[in-house]
Amino acid sequence: MIVPVPVLEVNNLKVYFRTKRKHFFEVHSHIHAVDGVSLKVEFGKTLGLVGESGSGKTTTGLAIARLVQASSGSVKIMGKEVLGLQGEELRVQRKHIQYVFQDPYSSLNPRLRAGRLVREALDRLKIGHTTERSIRVNELFRQVGLSREHERLFPHQFSGGQRQRLGIARALASHPDLLICDEPVSALDVAVQAQILNLLRRLQKEMGLTYLFISHDLGVVQHMCDEIAVMYVGQIVEQADRISLFKNPMHPYTKGLLASVPSADPNRRKKTQIQIYGEPPSPIDPPLGCRFSSRCQLAEERCHFETPLLRKIKANQKVACHLI
Amino acid sequence: MPDPILSIKNLTVVFKTRSGDVPVIDDVSFSIAPREILGIVGESGCGKTMTSLAIMRLMPEQGKITSGSIRLSGEDLVVASEARMCGLRGNEISMVFQEPMTALNPVFSVGEQIAEVLKTHQGLSNSEAREHAIELLESVKIPLPSQRANDYPHQLSGGMRQRVMIAIALACKPKVLIADEPTTALDVTVQAHIFELLHELRDQTGTSIILITHDMASVAEMAERVMVMYAGRKVEEGPVEEILKNPLHPYTQGLIRCVPHLKETISPERKDLHEIPGIVPPISHFGRNECLFAPRCCFVEDRCLNQRPLDSKRAAKHLTACWQENTNFEKVFA
Repeated sequence: MIVPVPVLEVNNLKVYFRTKRKHFFEVHSHIHAVDGVSLKVEFGKTLGLVGESGSGKTTTGLAIARLVQASSGSVKIMGKEVLGLQGEELRVQRKHIQYVFQDPYSSLNPRLRAGRLVREALDRLKIGHTTERSIRVNELFRQVGLSREHERLFPHQFSGGQRQRLGIARALASHPDLLICDEPVSALDVAVQAQILNLLRRLQKEMGLTYLFISHDLGVVQHMCDEIAVMYVGQIVEQADRISLFKNPMHPYTKGLLASVPSADPNRRKKTQIQIYGEPPSPIDPPLGCRFSSRCQLAEERCHFETPLLRKIKANQKVACHLI
Repeated sequence: MPDPILSIKNLTVVFKTRSGDVPVIDDVSFSIAPREILGIVGESGCGKTMTSLAIMRLMPEQGKITSGSIRLSGEDLVVASEARMCGLRGNEISMVFQEPMTALNPVFSVGEQIAEVLKTHQGLSNSEAREHAIELLESVKIPLPSQRANDYPHQLSGGMRQRVMIAIALACKPKVLIADEPTTALDVTVQAHIFELLHELRDQTGTSIILITHDMASVAEMAERVMVMYAGRKVEEGPVEEILKNPLHPYTQGLIRCVPHLKETISPERKDLHEIPGIVPPISHFGRNECLFAPRCCFVEDRCLNQRPLDSKRAAKHLTACWQENTNFEKVFA
């Protein structure tokens, strides 16, 4: 049996940002934005990255797409290492990873017509001939639910949902292996969110796409993802398949996070709530031990000194906690 | 039911636009009882925020109340003088805004900003106001309040800033607090605490709260009654549990069904989400004598396009503005 190569394989990825020094002789501090993240996404699946703001989920996505510089680790797309790539090699590699941004208002050039916006991706990556590109743009517009007439319009003439469709069309232009969706619906109205989420799921089925789906909305993640990784201050604290994570969360942070989500389901609301108090520690030179220990109600002595590793607890569930 | 503290009758707010006058709030009536929490939901551009600004008389210049009344414990705010409104704002009604960073002044410490309210409205001296400000910070559960009072807004996290906003709003123990998307910019863990805080403050002070949001789940968690708005009109109103279980207006049904809810049980199969096709109509369509939801509605018929549906009572306390008698609804929650 041939073991298929995962579309995305991330190993021990670290992204540190240097902070400003107050004076010349001071030692640099580092923001540990992403601190040892390992992930794997199989073909045709969706991996969700969730966490509070500042947990490093967006930085992880940006580092995988080579939009910020990773400090160390490895990122493999279809088995090919991408972190060391430079110049022309990197530019060519970009067609394999594409990005859908959160804000469809600021991520589209206001001076280009929609057709050009989508076509730009093909032009820049030198995919196909001139006529082929026009046909491809047409096809993309149809696939994301826009019509031919829309090609002549400018971004400001579109609604938020339509703009996000444009963003998706542009990302799909180069037939990417991996599509990173960074909060693709959080800037949209609820009714429009459903349209975009359905579109993303339909495109995935039709075209065999693989998604890395970054979101803070657990309801959306639950609907979209096959597997979910929960991040906290730059590290993954729990990773499991969709059913296990929502039915049986194990890490105290995951439990608290799920309990915090307001629910319209009266049966879910009746349950006693586990609350998380306080705020996450600063990612600038974070403390030893479990990073959640300062807010964890179950924390013991060793939680403050020993860093828990992400361990396999069940077939599809990994948790980084000493107490499990 | 006790007498309402705030009652709004046939409120119409008209905006001057290039294409003529359009009603952005179109004949809306509702009321809120003492200690009650009312949720107002709808998409953006449906008039939720404008309703609250009208109550505060803080509408932008091109807006004007053309008819209706806003009665706060019997007094009509529509005809109140500007000086009288200044006395009422903060003392009787106050408001918490969505983005706490832009609502707070970056060059004054949060203690000073709370004290300012107390000095202006209650005539306290500097030292009294500062003392009281620290008490208020404590009541919204900010740790080490006497030190935090000297902090500037940028030194606080988003959740802390929103707590400060709530402290300012509650400084003079208003009868009505309007919270306009108070948690949209915050993380869920922080949102849970803000909700808990608002509940506690309501229980202690007896303030009525109007919670404006686009999230049905937040309404379910917080409110006792809910009003759904669409294109400047009220389309449905009733007790929260009743509306979630048995929504009558197709728009409310759509709002409930289009969201991937976190439920108690999780099913392996995932159906496509319900879509409400299209978007909210442009402002120039507001005020037409037709059901403004008709172009997006799956139950649409001729009379929806010819006449505006009026509020009809379907059950005790459950109102809806829809011509259809039977809009069957596939239950989302058992």
